[in-house]
Amino acid sequence: MNINAVAAIYRFEMARAFRTLMQSIVSPVISTSLYFVVFGAAIGSRIQEVDGVSYGAFIVPGLIMLSLLQQSISNAAFGIYFPKFTGTIYEILSAPISPLEIVLGYVGAAATKSIALGLIILATASLFVDLSVEHPVWMLVFLVLTAVTFAMFGFIIGIWADGFEKLQIVPLLIVTPLAFLGGSFYSISMLPAFWQDVSLINPVVYLISGFRWAFYGTSDVSIAVSLAMTLVFLAATLGAVTYIFRTGWRLKS
Amino acid sequence: MLMRNDAPPILSVSNVSKTYEGGFAALKSIDLEIARGEIFALLGPNGAGKTTLISIICGIVNLSAGSVTVDGHDIGRDYRAARAKIGLVPQELTTDAFESVWDTVSFSRGLFGKAKDPAHVEKVLRDLSLWEKRDNKIMTLSGGMKRRVLIAKALSHEPELLFLDEPTAGVDVALRREMWEVVRKLRESGVTIILTTHYIEEAEMMADRIGVISRGALILVEEKAELMRKLGHKELTLHLMDPIGAVPAGFSDYELTLSTDGSSLTYSYDTNAERTGIASLMRRLAEEGIRFRDVSTKQSTLEEIFVNLVEERA
Repeated sequence: MNINAVAAIYRFEMARAFRTLMQSIVSPVISTSLYFVVFGAAIGSRIQEVDGVSYGAFIVPGLIMLSLLQQSISNAAFGIYFPKFTGTIYEILSAPISPLEIVLGYVGAAATKSIALGLIILATASLFVDLSVEHPVWMLVFLVLTAVTFAMFGFIIGIWADGFEKLQIVPLLIVTPLAFLGGSFYSISMLPAFWQDVSLINPVVYLISGFRWAFYGTSDVSIAVSLAMTLVFLAATLGAVTYIFRTGWRLKS
Repeated sequence: MLMRNDAPPILSVSNVSKTYEGGFAALKSIDLEIARGEIFALLGPNGAGKTTLISIICGIVNLSAGSVTVDGHDIGRDYRAARAKIGLVPQELTTDAFESVWDTVSFSRGLFGKAKDPAHVEKVLRDLSLWEKRDNKIMTLSGGMKRRVLIAKALSHEPELLFLDEPTAGVDVALRREMWEVVRKLRESGVTIILTTHYIEEAEMMADRIGVISRGALILVEEKAELMRKLGHKELTLHLMDPIGAVPAGFSDYELTLSTDGSSLTYSYDTNAERTGIASLMRRLAEEGIRFRDVSTKQSTLEEIFVNLVEERA
């Protein structure tokens, strides 16, 4: 194992975040605050409790998940796309490192950043609403699993993308709608029966449901199913990444 | 100069071919061995396959057939050991933009599996006159400085085999000479160097051996001195006191050409021949009453050799 290489990539990627500290930290804090002002205060005051939790508190796990998905994907996608774009990827390809080590470096850094972001949002949210976390360990497990899975997904997008447009299109057109429709701001049980069934196709439902269970002990689907689905997504992204490196797809000619 | 020894080659390329998707055959059965400590120049026109060959050895491009070993390590099966010995300076100025010189060079060292060693990074930066710029962002550097940064990155992990892909492309004359100086120093420190170039002058000045690649085939590999000797003709030019109308009769034994204005005679001869014929030519010209005010000789350059070779095979 080339630990020095993993550390080098990890540090390089983290340094990138620190150079853009404003963008990395301030913007999620501001946007979370805005969500609370709009959904928590203005609209939430007119909404009853959901599953015994005040609406403001209810949306916290969903909000964190929403940012976690977006940031994990865009961090990892950008991290590997940029060297491809500038040509500095030559160095990664010619270095004595295995695909696993490359993934550890890039995905590890992207996941770290989005986990930190999730915790910042959590801290920001606690300024607005009373929060309780019933299963803190499970909360962290879901946070880490989701961050890693979607950072892997972002890594794949970054390798696949051959332009900045493609880099944006998946997060924008697929992930954000899925997150909004996956119960970030409502409980699936509030939907008509038909739409409840349709929602179950949405993978993000399982992530948000499991995450919310860790907070309040209530969930749309069973916690075991949530965990299993999360692991399935992780396995799927792992498989895709393995394939990419074995064939050199979009990396080597 | 060239270290000829029985030690196994640092690089061994055997029967390597590359056919890109779409059928373009970039390399055709390349065989090449590089001895430890030599400077090898790979010479060829644009698109000949120089960069493809280097990219295969470094692991950036997959080979279609054949095998490559670096210091005995197969680049596929044993890629870690093979790549750890290689430093690559790419042709394009592909650098990060926002990182500092120090950070990007330290990054390269880590990437190649070496533990941090600020003293070594400092030495590399000083050798390349980059020390003063260590805290500068790369994007603020000039093209020549960026080229140095790429060399520093490649040297950060103490490679034994260094590839310089067109190191002086687009570099001004002064900097080019500095680069040559850098390469010379590197060789003195024991690094084996393979450089590609289409500046013949560069190969001529730097290399111990020269390989000529054209249309994906290695058409010639020869020690430079030998190559120059083998193919080297010399020309003796006599600048005449009084122009003459034609080459005087009776000189058909000599390969003489008269300049269009009749003011100089050029005699072409082989430096390897037993007798060059210079002395007798001079004597006979004196007998004819042809007086000259100056004499100059010129060895055919590698460029002429190279152009001849490539045209011959085309």
